[in-house]
Amino acid sequence: MIRFSLNGKTLEADTSPNTTLLDFLRQEQRLTGTKEGCAEGDCGACTVALLDPDAVGGPAWRAINSCLTLLPMVNGRTLVTVEGLSDGETLHPAQQAVVERLGSQCGYCTPGVVMSLFESCYRDDAASEAAQSDQMCGNLCRCTGYRPIQDAAKDVAGCRPADRFAAALVPAVTDPSGAWTRGDESWSMPDDWSVFFDAVEQEEAQIVCGATDLGLQVTQRGVRFSTLVSVESLPGLRDLHVDGDVVHIGAAVPLTDLERFAAEELPVVARMLRFFGSRQIKHRATLGGNLCNASPIGDMAPVMLALDATLVLRSRAGERELPIREFFLGYRQTALAAGEVVAAIRVRKPGPSARVGAYKVSRRREMDISAVALGAWVEVSDGLVIAARLGFGGMAATPKRASALEAALVGQPWTIDAVERLIGHLDEDFQPLSDHRGSAWYRQTVAKNLVRGFVEETEHASFQALPDRPLSTIVQVSK
Amino acid sequence: MSSPLHKSASHESAVGHVTGRARYVDDIAEPHDTAHAAVATSTVAAGRLLGLELTAARALPGVLGVYSAADIPGVNRIGPIVHDEPLLAEDQVFFHGQALAVVVAETREVARAAAALVKPQIEPTLPVLTMDEAIERADFHTDAHVIARGDVEQALASAAVVVEQDVRTGGQDHFYLETHGSFAQPVEGGLKVTSSTQHPTEVQREVAAVLGKPASTVVCEVARLGGGFGGKESQASQFACLAAMGAHFTGRPVKLVLKRHEDMAWTGNRHPFLGRYRAGFDAQGKLVGFAVKIYSNGGWTSDLSSPVMDRALFHLDNAYRIPALRFEGRVCRTNLPSNTAFRGFGGPQGVAVIEDAMERGAAALGIDPVELRRRNYYVDGDACPYGQVVDNVRLQRITDQLLESADYVARRAEIDAFNASSRWIRRGIGFVPLKFGISFTASLLNQAGALVLVYADGSVQLNHGGTEMGQGLYSKMLAVAADTLGVRLDQIRHMATSTEKVPNTSATAASSGTDLNGAAVLDACTTVRERMRPVAAEMLDCKPDAVRFVDGSCVAGDSSVPFADVANLCWVKQISLSSTGYYATPGIAYDAETGRGTPFFYYAYGAAFAEVEVDARTGQYGLVRVDILQDVGDSLNPSIDRGQVEGAFVQGLGWLTVEELIYDDSGRMATHGPSTYKIPAVGDIPADFRVALLDRSAQEGVIGGSKAVGEPPFLLAFAALGALRHAVGSFGGLPEIAVPATHESVLRAIEALR
Repeated sequence: MIRFSLNGKTLEADTSPNTTLLDFLRQEQRLTGTKEGCAEGDCGACTVALLDPDAVGGPAWRAINSCLTLLPMVNGRTLVTVEGLSDGETLHPAQQAVVERLGSQCGYCTPGVVMSLFESCYRDDAASEAAQSDQMCGNLCRCTGYRPIQDAAKDVAGCRPADRFAAALVPAVTDPSGAWTRGDESWSMPDDWSVFFDAVEQEEAQIVCGATDLGLQVTQRGVRFSTLVSVESLPGLRDLHVDGDVVHIGAAVPLTDLERFAAEELPVVARMLRFFGSRQIKHRATLGGNLCNASPIGDMAPVMLALDATLVLRSRAGERELPIREFFLGYRQTALAAGEVVAAIRVRKPGPSARVGAYKVSRRREMDISAVALGAWVEVSDGLVIAARLGFGGMAATPKRASALEAALVGQPWTIDAVERLIGHLDEDFQPLSDHRGSAWYRQTVAKNLVRGFVEETEHASFQALPDRPLSTIVQVSK
Repeated sequence: MSSPLHKSASHESAVGHVTGRARYVDDIAEPHDTAHAAVATSTVAAGRLLGLELTAARALPGVLGVYSAADIPGVNRIGPIVHDEPLLAEDQVFFHGQALAVVVAETREVARAAAALVKPQIEPTLPVLTMDEAIERADFHTDAHVIARGDVEQALASAAVVVEQDVRTGGQDHFYLETHGSFAQPVEGGLKVTSSTQHPTEVQREVAAVLGKPASTVVCEVARLGGGFGGKESQASQFACLAAMGAHFTGRPVKLVLKRHEDMAWTGNRHPFLGRYRAGFDAQGKLVGFAVKIYSNGGWTSDLSSPVMDRALFHLDNAYRIPALRFEGRVCRTNLPSNTAFRGFGGPQGVAVIEDAMERGAAALGIDPVELRRRNYYVDGDACPYGQVVDNVRLQRITDQLLESADYVARRAEIDAFNASSRWIRRGIGFVPLKFGISFTASLLNQAGALVLVYADGSVQLNHGGTEMGQGLYSKMLAVAADTLGVRLDQIRHMATSTEKVPNTSATAASSGTDLNGAAVLDACTTVRERMRPVAAEMLDCKPDAVRFVDGSCVAGDSSVPFADVANLCWVKQISLSSTGYYATPGIAYDAETGRGTPFFYYAYGAAFAEVEVDARTGQYGLVRVDILQDVGDSLNPSIDRGQVEGAFVQGLGWLTVEELIYDDSGRMATHGPSTYKIPAVGDIPADFRVALLDRSAQEGVIGGSKAVGEPPFLLAFAALGALRHAVGSFGGLPEIAVPATHESVLRAIEALR
């Protein structure tokens, strides 16, 4: 049995753990305001808001894709759907802005748009155009051309009405943990490591956290998992802190939390996260999940390779550390042993002589999967490269470092001319494939150009932040 | 006067949209005995269907029935014009995703699971997937449609410059946010079908035909669509028919709502086109001859391909006068989903050809591309290729205004200076004018009906044949009715569109919804109002023509009586308070045999400038600024019309820049979800987006002096393509940018010049 608050009422549900939140709302509760547009987390029509008391920056409303959220994940939590916003006939500011700006035409994407705007109302970090675009990029609209939605976003960002939703943003203890079985399907979210290890030792146990990828198997392929085990409530997994010059990132830290934290502490990570999925996805996706997925096109892996992150792996036997360069063994294969999970990721902050960058090229700038991604780090001393790490995504069966080019760069001047002479080494490192995201030619050409862009950005600076509205993944350096 | 006509106002359902109260097909409360349908489809693109094994599907617990072609009680043929589409496959399959059988079950899950158990025996044959293959095999849905004038060969021979090219444009998924949905409920005497269709009458007609019943036994109702864009004009019917079959056989309400991947793989898209042209210009840049052969990829059935081809031919001239020409168009038959209507309906594909010629002609002659276009504009009195004479042409006026407001000359010079000193980052500015013919090209379709009911308490129900799919039709119709009856908007309830209120309707398509239905609503409301007038005059003690109907009152001089009181007295006096209304567009006709006629009631005009910035290292680019001036006549609702212009532009931008349908070698769609098929997102729109509506531009003979706005601005996205050409061309030479102009496509064009 799970219990949660929906639009101010406490609900109990006893359905299959493979039930999505969207299906529960629409089929069981007949709350049909929330729409299914794609059931793959790409259109945002299903967006609802979840209260997260543990968010970095304080308790926050968070827009999430209900189509990818499994119902047990909201156990013990507080949820609002589009039906719960207005106060009688008085519309919420997020709703009012859409009405006034003509932000709805056919109206089908609108509930999702409204819920993303709703989150934005209570944010204290959504003043910039970049933040507003990031907030709304997970809501596809086919009618309006977005201009009125953009205007509505500008109207409401950070307006924080003094209402019951603002009042709910107070420190609170949420306990989503628990376990139950329904028929031959079971769910558990242990808050204790030993219980967790018991659970994962069951036959067919499937570890899950935000389900932003796993959920697709349920919605697109009709998979019914028999034994789901969530890491979300394990002690320490949302830990996020700096210890000396090492940043410790719990494996279950949502990427939005990481993005906000990294803006100060690890700007190169924040730079990649700006064009990583939608806000809805980043609220549920985690760094641990992105790395364990081991997709060749997972965007955080290249950055973590460049930063030479250390993975803290935990099993019943205890903890061990593994450099990330040894983690990816093959296509979607990792070095995790049976019964072992990634508990944390540790990253040393780039030192003063380091040059770093993060790049992503995809068909669409926002909310798309990479054709090529690059995380880049070089250490420069007296104008010469003393070490280099270039982590690429989309170029091989795994996220992979350009070791031939890295080796060639060492001892060479960090200048455009020197890199130009050496860039051909990338052909030794990669023979990418052609697919609908890009041809082999495009990937190889862009990969080289990203390295060129990196040296141009960092010849005289350690790092360039993205402008508010970047047209290219490479930052233009004024001369 | 406080008439809502010609005033900006929010969408009539806006509050319903933002609260989630607005209902779509899948949101309708399901009676407790509702069953669910799923479709079993072909997994090969072409072959002989030798058998269909249904036993396993039928045996699954919860399955109520599995039905194939043999079970169809009426005719197994649907299709909007030529009825050439088997609803369920018979002895052959024609595309990957073709419906083989429909399953009805207690739940959606069981229905889908059972559909997966339907096992066809198919002997595969080699599919034809591309236009080039179809052309080579001479496999066409249509004969050549030819429009010709003068001696084009002679004109080309005498031209100062001849440019020639094959222009290819791609398909486009509609990506309406609401997938196809149908809900068929048995009622006494027949069926009620709620469908997400732009064409309720076609759903009614085809459901009746498939069930072998008269049309009167079927009611089709549509409250609203979650987007249509043409994709629900003809193609909603097949799903409505399948749900209706389920309801017919089981006697239970049956719902069929497609998953996104099903919708994308099974339904047709915008037609890809190939245009082979030769265009001749004289030394001053005037077009002297234009010879074009165009082909479209029709897919497996004819659907609307023939009129889409007609409209492509009608728009091969875009805004330009062409003295000598020969246009020929044919629809290719392929083993793909049947391509169908999509905003612009062939117009954009036709315009793509001549705009390519304009760009190449300007480059060849060294004339500014805007100037070259202006020299070729139609002027009043010119005849289009098919003989229709144009008047009230607003192209020069629009261009003059826009040149100034967009500051084109200075900005182009600045851009050229910038490009000369920038290694990787290049900018470009592009321009396109548009002229778009308004009317269904099948002239008989230009008719509409309405039904207005005034109740004795002064409240009103409004019905007409048009469907609301986000374009704001209902908002405009409410304003027309309120203005005509002289009542407040809150006195009128707009009813769901239903074939039991207005029969024999045309699709809400061709940008014609407001023109046609507005005139019918005006007619109906005028009839009722004029019946009420003498009664109002009696109450006000004045002459009938002294009565004004304003804002819920009947007014004469200083006296007034509430509209409701007049309505009540009409009832007491036994005067009818309801009326139908009807409209048919006068004076249009076209003869495809001779390629001559007056297919359009009028033309819509507009123009746009677009500026881009490109990174030559990745091919990534963005729109820096867009300036649009669109002629919508005297707008019935400027804020809704602006929304149409912006939405159409961004949708056109998606088609030309990022959206790409990919099929594998076996004819299976590879891009069947938003994870792989990318439509524009919020960050893709112009950073500076300036949209204006042409003022002082009433259109005579159209409701309220307005003009159609749904489709024309889609064409304005070609300005972005011109801007990319300018930016890429700064590397020296003629850029060859394949569409969609993805980042890869742009990088290829740059690398070819560098």
